[in-house]
Amino acid sequence: MSSATYDAPVRGWVRFAAPVVVGLLMIGVWILVVDVLDAAPRALPSPIAIVEEFILRFGIIWEDMMITATNALTGLLVGSIVAIVLAALAATFRPIDGMLAPLVASIAVVPIVALTPILNTMFGASSQFGRLSVAAIAAFVPVFVNVLRGLRQTRPVHRDLLRASAATSMQTFRVLTLPTALPYLLTGLRIASSIAVIAALVAEYFGGPADGIGTAIATYAKSGRASLAFAYVAGGIAIGLALFLVMSLLERAVSRRKPV
Amino acid sequence: MTTEFAVRASGVGKTFPTKAGDVVALTEVELTVSAGEFVSLIGPSGCGKSTLLRLIADLDSATTGELEIFGKPAAKARIDQDYGIAFQQAGLLPWRTVGGNIALPLELHGMAKPARAKRVADLAELVGLTDFIDRYPDQLSGGMQQRVAIARSLAEQPRLLLMDEPFGALDEMTREYLQGELTRIAKETGAAVVFVTHSIPEAVFLSDRVVVMSPRPGRITEIVTTDLGEVRDETLRESPEYFTRVTAVREALHGAPVERANER
Amino acid sequence: MTLRAGKVRAVSWGVLGVVALLGSWELYKFLGPAAGFVVGATEGETGSGVMLLPRTNDRAMPHIWDMIARLGESTSGGTTPPLIVPVITAGLTTLGIAAVGWIIGIVVGSILGAVMQRWRLAEAGLLPWIVVSQTIPLIAFAPIVNTIGMQASRGSAFDWPQALSVAIIASYLSFFPIAIGVLRGLESPDRMHLDLMRTYAAGYWQTLFRLRIPAAIPHLLPALRLAAASAVVGAVVAEVSIGMQGGIGRMLIQLAGQGSSDPAAPWGPTLGSVALGLVAAGTVALIGLTLKNYRRGEQTA
Repeated sequence: MSSATYDAPVRGWVRFAAPVVVGLLMIGVWILVVDVLDAAPRALPSPIAIVEEFILRFGIIWEDMMITATNALTGLLVGSIVAIVLAALAATFRPIDGMLAPLVASIAVVPIVALTPILNTMFGASSQFGRLSVAAIAAFVPVFVNVLRGLRQTRPVHRDLLRASAATSMQTFRVLTLPTALPYLLTGLRIASSIAVIAALVAEYFGGPADGIGTAIATYAKSGRASLAFAYVAGGIAIGLALFLVMSLLERAVSRRKPV
Repeated sequence: MTTEFAVRASGVGKTFPTKAGDVVALTEVELTVSAGEFVSLIGPSGCGKSTLLRLIADLDSATTGELEIFGKPAAKARIDQDYGIAFQQAGLLPWRTVGGNIALPLELHGMAKPARAKRVADLAELVGLTDFIDRYPDQLSGGMQQRVAIARSLAEQPRLLLMDEPFGALDEMTREYLQGELTRIAKETGAAVVFVTHSIPEAVFLSDRVVVMSPRPGRITEIVTTDLGEVRDETLRESPEYFTRVTAVREALHGAPVERANER
Repeated sequence: MTLRAGKVRAVSWGVLGVVALLGSWELYKFLGPAAGFVVGATEGETGSGVMLLPRTNDRAMPHIWDMIARLGESTSGGTTPPLIVPVITAGLTTLGIAAVGWIIGIVVGSILGAVMQRWRLAEAGLLPWIVVSQTIPLIAFAPIVNTIGMQASRGSAFDWPQALSVAIIASYLSFFPIAIGVLRGLESPDRMHLDLMRTYAAGYWQTLFRLRIPAAIPHLLPALRLAAASAVVGAVVAEVSIGMQGGIGRMLIQLAGQGSSDPAAPWGPTLGSVALGLVAAGTVALIGLTLKNYRRGEQTA
């Protein structure tokens, strides 16, 4: 059978090995260009130098990581709770859905981080609240969209079944709507977690206290200490990845029991 | 020129490797379909009828045996476009009009635009959809979509039609109507037809021969000749001969080991 | 209810939603605590504690009509044009750079998506890295990209403009949804349609153009919208971090600095940025309208 239309599926171990190989290749090329060939511009540091700086400065990097991570997590939490409440309201009352839908669609496409300077003015420049709000608004959108979709996914045949069994609204919600919506909530949380981290980090560029990973990257990049700047970037990636992994595992655990 | 068979299967078998061991979907298939003959494949789920059709269409390859379409291997017959195919879902591309869907194989094989337009018009007339050429599939009923699929399968004037339960998703009235249309079209074009179905009356109404299959492992158990003549019209459905043949096929189907019924 | 009446209804509720949002701003100003709502403040220490609700005075929260009026007033006193003029100019500059980034992202993302669909091995090797790439705050790299660009082009005839660095950052953010959208879209045709093309002995390229690409359109449009929005965000933030003149990002920071003396002014570029995002999304929606026939099989969310 020709492989022109269908490509052969990939065996299990290859699925794991392939990205590792690609990753090693990329790092290899990087080291080659920077250390061996010495062909890179000064602003691009060697991966080895980055690792050294990361280990050396781990103390201060960790402090700033905690600030950004706290902002991201708190923003994620607040944004998600608001999103769940509003999505529940929108799923129940059409007028609320009508009012919210265009607003949420707009928030989804505008650069939320542009609000940071205003928020910093409103809440005071020494407060983390501006960055936190940005992370919260950023996290709100995917959670709202996914929860709303999940709340609407109950199949008519299941709804009919519960109605024929004279189930109350509360019972229907507990037995059908909630379990149906749960995987969607977790998908939304997974997406929102990465977005919240990036939003919290990027918001640091627009003012506020002089701490956090973003400000550190900006400072050290401008002063020419490229390896240290990249070490902070590694810290930022670590936060994003950690949160993403936690959310993915949660999502995987719940979706195993997805309704058929 | 020797009269070649449309389909000649000799010792054909298909085994699928799965995690739980090998699944024998087909074994020891001996079957010939003559040019212009209408043959149905019928049997319960898992008897291999769709698998056999897919082997003929070169959508899968046989693990054992020889399979020849008009004297060529199945792969070459596909490249040479010797057959047309219709599936249970009409499978129309939703972004193309009825005319666009019928024209798809013609476009792919480089037929010039004016010739294409004429051929599409002819085919649409053949299935009675001339007024719908510019409509989109989502504007058509299930029966009409299936008629488009049949028109499309005839686009390259194939000598062999392969159909996998094409009327399975339709209501009984539409089914009977389309059966009448199909048998008329098959006679007009002189194409051989291999038709997979679940329905005994449908198989008997349409075919010259009914191939009865059974599962575990998938194989042919009996071939019933219908002997109902060339003309298949609505009066046939009420004739005693028709009912006799339906009974014959039903018995052939149930003739498979009794314990199967108990297992179910 | 007729289709037209349904649409009018939807728009009216939408407008009501915006009005409710503006109304709640003014309502809070009217009813809210003047000093805001602070949790955990220490006596005598200003700036301590966490402020949960902002102060309601006109400096922290200008009235909405003040914001709009400010747009009509001159930018920096004297004979400078009304604020709305530099906002629009800067907005268009940023929009242009974002558009370039968007297009680069579309090209790169499409190629990646098509390659990953064609070879499962490529998907296995590349997709995880593409997903991870979005956890890397490349926005942080913006000055580094700029420096690398300038150093690399030193000595050659090409003068590396800052705008190009901004466009590259924007393309980095926008290539990801395109790659995913193209991959999912090209994979989306069901087995039956793929079988059909196989019975026509259609090769990879014919199947790609006749089946996979048209089937991919419903996946592409949301991806294009997300990519456009990401390109705008990327452009704005990259401008700030490189310090590029002429874009709306720089204006945001500049006017924010004057926030204590001129509280309504920062709202100018802020609203301008919001408008940018809406224009970008609107453009994609228009593109979607022209592709209506390809969306006929589409499931609504």
